Amino acid sequence: MDYQTVIGLEVHVQLKTKSKLFCGCSTEFGAPPNTNICPVCTGQPGVLPVLNKKAIEYAIRTAIVLGCKVAERAIFARKNYFYPDLPKNYQISMYELPLAVNGYLELKIESPITNYQSPITKKVGIQRVHLEEDAGKLLHQIGSRELDYSLVDFNRTGIPLLEIVSAPEINSPEEAYIYLQTLKTILQYLDVSDCDMEKGSLRCDANVSVRPLDRLSVSKLGTKTELKNMNSFKALKEALTYEVNRQIHLLDWGGNIVQETLLWDAEKKVTQSMRTKEYAHDYRYFPEPDLVPLLLEKQFIEDIAKNLPELPATRKERFIKEYQLTEYDAGVLTAEKPLADYYEETIRESVKLKVKSERLTKEVANWITTELLGRLNAENKTINESPVKPENLVSLIKLISQRTISGKIAKTVFEEMYKTGKKAEEIVQERKLVQISDEQEIAKIVDAVLKENEPVVKEYKAGKEKAFTALVGAVMKKTSGRANPEIVNKILKEKLHE
Amino acid sequence: MQIYELTAKELREKIKKKEISVEEVVKAFYTRIEEVEEKIHSFVTLTKEEAIKQAEAIDRKIRNNEPVGELAGIPVAIKDNLCISGAKTTCGSRILENYISLYDATVIKKLRDADAIFLGKTNMDEFAMGSSTETSYFGVTHNPWNLDCIPGGSSGGSATAVAAKEAPFALGSDTGGSIRQPAACCGIVGLKPTYGRVSRYGLVAFASSLDQIGPLARNVYDCALLLKIIAGYDKQDSTSVDLPMPDFCQGLEGKDGIKGLKVGLPKEYFIEGIDSEVEKAVKNAAKILEKLGAGIIEISLPHTEYAVATYYLIAPSEASANLARYDGIRYGYQARGTRHEEQDLVETYEKTRGEGFGAEVKRRIMLGTYALSAGYYDAYYLKALKVRTLIKKDFDEVFRKVDVILTPTAPTPAFKLGEKLDDPLKMYLSDIFTISANLAGIPGISIPCGFSQYPPSPFPLPLGERSKVRGNLPIGLQILGKPFAEETILKVAYTYEQTCKESIKYEL
Repeated sequence: MDYQTVIGLEVHVQLKTKSKLFCGCSTEFGAPPNTNICPVCTGQPGVLPVLNKKAIEYAIRTAIVLGCKVAERAIFARKNYFYPDLPKNYQISMYELPLAVNGYLELKIESPITNYQSPITKKVGIQRVHLEEDAGKLLHQIGSRELDYSLVDFNRTGIPLLEIVSAPEINSPEEAYIYLQTLKTILQYLDVSDCDMEKGSLRCDANVSVRPLDRLSVSKLGTKTELKNMNSFKALKEALTYEVNRQIHLLDWGGNIVQETLLWDAEKKVTQSMRTKEYAHDYRYFPEPDLVPLLLEKQFIEDIAKNLPELPATRKERFIKEYQLTEYDAGVLTAEKPLADYYEETIRESVKLKVKSERLTKEVANWITTELLGRLNAENKTINESPVKPENLVSLIKLISQRTISGKIAKTVFEEMYKTGKKAEEIVQERKLVQISDEQEIAKIVDAVLKENEPVVKEYKAGKEKAFTALVGAVMKKTSGRANPEIVNKILKEKLHE
Repeated sequence: MQIYELTAKELREKIKKKEISVEEVVKAFYTRIEEVEEKIHSFVTLTKEEAIKQAEAIDRKIRNNEPVGELAGIPVAIKDNLCISGAKTTCGSRILENYISLYDATVIKKLRDADAIFLGKTNMDEFAMGSSTETSYFGVTHNPWNLDCIPGGSSGGSATAVAAKEAPFALGSDTGGSIRQPAACCGIVGLKPTYGRVSRYGLVAFASSLDQIGPLARNVYDCALLLKIIAGYDKQDSTSVDLPMPDFCQGLEGKDGIKGLKVGLPKEYFIEGIDSEVEKAVKNAAKILEKLGAGIIEISLPHTEYAVATYYLIAPSEASANLARYDGIRYGYQARGTRHEEQDLVETYEKTRGEGFGAEVKRRIMLGTYALSAGYYDAYYLKALKVRTLIKKDFDEVFRKVDVILTPTAPTPAFKLGEKLDDPLKMYLSDIFTISANLAGIPGISIPCGFSQYPPSPFPLPLGERSKVRGNLPIGLQILGKPFAEETILKVAYTYEQTCKESIKYEL
């Protein structure tokens, strides 16, 4: 029996506003526990929430780009449940009247998945986009019985979260992966979130079900399970693949799917049932009486729409036009906003420092795509963690353009720059890699080489072209590769044809 | 004349003129408190040390002729659900019995800026849920007019502090009548501002869409003075309103007094079950207003009969969420397992809240949780919100024809302690005249308009004479106004008060 996979994704994204959603505390990541807190976000008696306007802007920015209809009137609601990471024991979220509804995300799906040779585009519906406050972080200390306890850090409490709920229109774990990637790229480009799954600024839960392929038109959706605790893109794909297989096997075997919440165990690579809750939670949603209804004026929304940052597709086109890059290179460089930013900053710096290079844009692109990215990927580092900063790369390229070092030496220098983070000039000085371009000096060395390699000279004069290369090699060897190859060629030719 | 017998206005004058020092004033009130507290129990906490320090600082400023705030040196009693940084805020509950506030409520900040002095935190019904101050974990408060009777609630302690002259004025909170009803029971003035007029930041929430902080005082001027200081837009309270605010102390007299003012008497408020003396006193007051030039018109507020039910669905629902934070995890009372028994998270929640909350609070939390739960939300909570709109519409309609509405504040004078404790529904009905104002968000003031004879006698005394008989109980007159028209209701109240000064003078 063949089945159709049906997946819906619920994504929570931390918005990178400076302060929290309902108070002025900092949202800075990594601060010591319980230092970014105040009476409001720790739920002291008597406190009241005040809405952060920037968060609304970021939310609307996202909703517009996702093609949603932004509400004229949105209402915050209390979601009631008890847990130690929730200071008020209710979360201020949105329920009946969310910020935006009915959008879509366009995915580009490459050929291995489809049966087509060329990539296809697929639209996945987005049901709703709304704002809510994040909860705190719990750290469980499990040790001997006397030391069992949990610690609560309220730094995270109150950070604005954007919840984006997709329609159940994703039909494979690979599609889900692409959906999340696409969403992440857009959100980074919109500059509304860092979308770092490791830091928790991008979280994803899934609803998974399957249904028989031969009765698609009649059958409704199968029983779904909720999948949580997928903490990386890899985990997302693995968990979904596992769960889909589990459901198909169970159904083929004659069993029934139980509607439940499952946690992905990244070590054991299985989904586990959360047996703690036997019943569905009744959150008793009601409109938040401490906040007035949010009335969004047309002008406010239009202003945001007019001032959208450059989106990935647009930036890629611009890179192709402005920097004369190939589609491939432009694609690689714009795949992530920080990388595209890195590229453009390098170009800017180069122009500022008046680096003379014939095909500067192409040269910078090459250094990044061939030398830098490979090394970063091998160490699982992001461009923001690159030991080589744009200024460093610029100075390296400048040295090449000034012929202080050759292109070949530059590669060695780059390797050390990456390893040590040192500046190009420093390394060149320390290792005495400055190119020898003084013609007289080279002439002396050439003379010496010619004297030492008379048989090879004879071979050249006898017509063997390869001998020339050998002589060049000898000169390079004598100068530890520092001789300017063009000048070596020139002088060697002169001397041989004297 | 003792210092504690002076009104806030008089104290202000004397302090300004340097006739008395602030320290003298503060000490005089603490002496008075010592005299009567045992019998009345207005206060949960006295902040004497802080108060003396504040007094010394202000005296210094005055001696040096430095500028001082508008309430310089005047003591205030504060209801124990308002946060004063560094002081206990118990809300009359075991679950906060040792909780120390981390910040000043906005109204407290404003009072500090005005150089007022905080005498202490007054007793109240637990989490403001009650009409008699009998549900406080820290014991009952007694009505100074008759120690066997309730002071009203939930701002009972604030009302008695003012009535017994332990403070010139006080702050209370009003969710369903909790300022006005105790003011009526204790024969003083109490005002609930329009919802949004005073910031709720720092008021421990009971029902967010109904709560308001307001002044209680011995006369209308003092009441207006305190309101003037605490009112105003606050960006920390998203439900506070940024509207122009007149100086409430001006305009009390007005050029023509209340000539031409239209006063409505709602027929639904003069029904069976209302004490005959109360009805007489209020109708009498109406006659006096008429003599002063106001026009009395009979009006109808047809949805009045649904007000109590509506309130007792909305308020507990909001309260069930507002009180969820009291779980023993971050602050307040925490129930521990006994004999090294292990206690998991849920047990901690259940025990802490089971032991920390009193019966009435638990009753309301359960009511509210039920009204919001799946399957019942539409029939109860949502329905109540809709009826609330109808009740507000009643007032909108009526205020097209009249400027203010006159009603009794409570259906009976203060009843005996313990009388209604066993019958919550009976207790709820004592809010019947005050509750609609909270539902509609309109302002209301209660002023004394006479005394009832207690116990009732076949030989009734004239209204004017009753105040001199021990054990007789005050009757309150309520004046309701249009949204943000505190000025108007204060004017009517003041005019009436000045006219009837003699007949409603009281001696405690």
